[in-house]
Amino acid sequence: MIKRVVDFFGDEEYARQRRRLFYLVLVLIAIADFLVSREHAEYLWDRLPGWSAVYGFGSCVLLIFVSKFLGHQGGLMRREDYYD
Amino acid sequence: MTDLIHPGLIFILGALPIPLLSGSIRKAYLLLIPALAILAVLAMQPGSYGEMQFIGQEVLIAKVDKLSIVFATVFTIMALIGTVYALHLPHADQHVAAFVYVGSALGVVFAGDYLTLYLFWEGMAFASAYLVFAQGGRQAVAAGFRYLMVHITGGVALLGGIILHGLATGSLLFGPIEGGMGVGAYLILAGFLLNAAVPPLNAWLTDAYPEATVTGAVFMSAFTTKTAVYVLARAFPGTELLVWLGTAMALYGVIYAVLENDCRRLLAYHIVSQVGYMVAGVGIGTEMAVNGATGHAFAHILYKALLFMGAGAVIYVTGRRKLTELGGLYKTMPMTVALYMVGAFAISAFPFFSGFVTKSMVVAAAGQDHRALVVLALTMASSGTFLHTGLKLPYYMFFGTDQKLEAREPPGNMLVAMGMAAVLCIAIGVFPQMLYALLPYPVDFEPYTGVHVTESLGVLMFTALGFVLFLKALDPENTISLDTDWFYRKGARVFMWIAEKPLARYEKAVSDVSETAALPFLHGAARAGLRIDLTGVDAIVNGVARSILRGGGALRRLQTGVVTHYVLAMIVGVIAAVAVFAVAWR
Repeated sequence: MIKRVVDFFGDEEYARQRRRLFYLVLVLIAIADFLVSREHAEYLWDRLPGWSAVYGFGSCVLLIFVSKFLGHQGGLMRREDYYD
Repeated sequence: MTDLIHPGLIFILGALPIPLLSGSIRKAYLLLIPALAILAVLAMQPGSYGEMQFIGQEVLIAKVDKLSIVFATVFTIMALIGTVYALHLPHADQHVAAFVYVGSALGVVFAGDYLTLYLFWEGMAFASAYLVFAQGGRQAVAAGFRYLMVHITGGVALLGGIILHGLATGSLLFGPIEGGMGVGAYLILAGFLLNAAVPPLNAWLTDAYPEATVTGAVFMSAFTTKTAVYVLARAFPGTELLVWLGTAMALYGVIYAVLENDCRRLLAYHIVSQVGYMVAGVGIGTEMAVNGATGHAFAHILYKALLFMGAGAVIYVTGRRKLTELGGLYKTMPMTVALYMVGAFAISAFPFFSGFVTKSMVVAAAGQDHRALVVLALTMASSGTFLHTGLKLPYYMFFGTDQKLEAREPPGNMLVAMGMAAVLCIAIGVFPQMLYALLPYPVDFEPYTGVHVTESLGVLMFTALGFVLFLKALDPENTISLDTDWFYRKGARVFMWIAEKPLARYEKAVSDVSETAALPFLHGAARAGLRIDLTGVDAIVNGVARSILRGGGALRRLQTGVVTHYVLAMIVGVIAAVAVFAVAWR
């Protein structure tokens, strides 16, 4: 059973199903975020449905590119024999 | 020690017979000790134990309250899991070191005064360093030395702080630092922050943990940083500086994790990131925040150990640790993949996993304390956490390009240990009340509200979307990342250059002067001295010298030059000291 689940996420033959499932989940989460009650909103963004999706995506992209920028242009990434 | 069985002593004294046992008797014994320690923690009653006077100072061996019990509970559970994971190891020395390490961590958790705390603090440093040395090889030994050096330096700062603080306040009892922050308090804080791996004092962790043995790294991931969180929560709750250090640390870890190619070093950067939540929680200092920090430490120990066990299993089976050299293992290691993913979901704070009910408590406490920036930064770090431990690492380790590696599932005991941790990660997520009941303050927090669930899923799944879209940008690269260890790794080279070039020249100049000017005078004085010496002193000295020579010969045979022997000797010394201490104390 576990092997089949793991295979589903690895095998090439399920690639299309995987992608469909993934987009379906994204859509469902986005819809659900519009439906839940927001009584205790403390901050402005708490009142915006869909904020978390935008923020999550933005954070991810920002982290990838800022880090890679620091790594390549900022000189943090070095050859493996740097200290030898 | 009226009616308290100190779980730390169970481990430290319990470590002694390990080398004498073998086969399945040893295995049973190894499991018995953590099991006994868990029972000892369960049987504990809050109170003060082992009060006495030592060099004119009040010493309190064990102070038991809710905060120390939570940490002791998870430490002993973790020790059991780690021991199961290491059960196949034939090396008694590594088991001994691990037990002394756990025992020392427990000693810190119950320490009621700074002297006891310091003693166990150093014990932890030496015992854990052994787990790095035990890996063997130039790289590991070098990293182990750096680890030890940094921790000894931190220990000196701590000891200096303890003495100054003791002189200023007249008491060495360990508790919240009251009044103004003096030099002593800052030194103590620095010693604690070093062990919590707060940047810029973080590099020892990411330098050494990936070099440790497969099983040793699992222990290390659990104890050092979390004892530091404990002592911070005890001594410095509500220190504003910690809020910002913790928040910066949470992001620092995830930024470096993007760059990392070594699977366990990537996970080590996530320790830095996750401990950031705890440090920030301690800094906020409200009841909810300290609860959150404590609860998160509890959950973190279990899921981080699970992740280290998963990565360790891959290293154990394939002998490879770089993401650029791994891939396609899901076919041969499905159980490892599944168990690792439980840890990944827990650290990423998916609903029904442990991180969801603890991490959000810290974030919510920051929100209640009107710290919008902290909330945003910690949420961003959560996104990064899932991006690396939940997506990047498993993708390149287990899926991704098939490297056609020969692999199989790791030994059964490793899978069982991972299973134990996985069950706890899910149990805490599904029944958070169990954990909440242990926390130091009453909990008024409901993690499972509709908006919290959808927001968390939104952040996480849209992070996954970013991952899918920008997968190419995340491809691991065959590099290492410069961190603050650069200063002492390159600095040591400058030091050696100064020692070799200018200093050596200076020394030569000085010796030239002494040869031409001072020597004739010294010769005369020496001749006079010789006459006195030959007649009277010689007879006595000769006797003493002969015995020293004999002793020296014996000592020389002990000097093997093998680092692990020395460290082992130090550990034996620590055990002996504790044993003497325990006996004398009764």
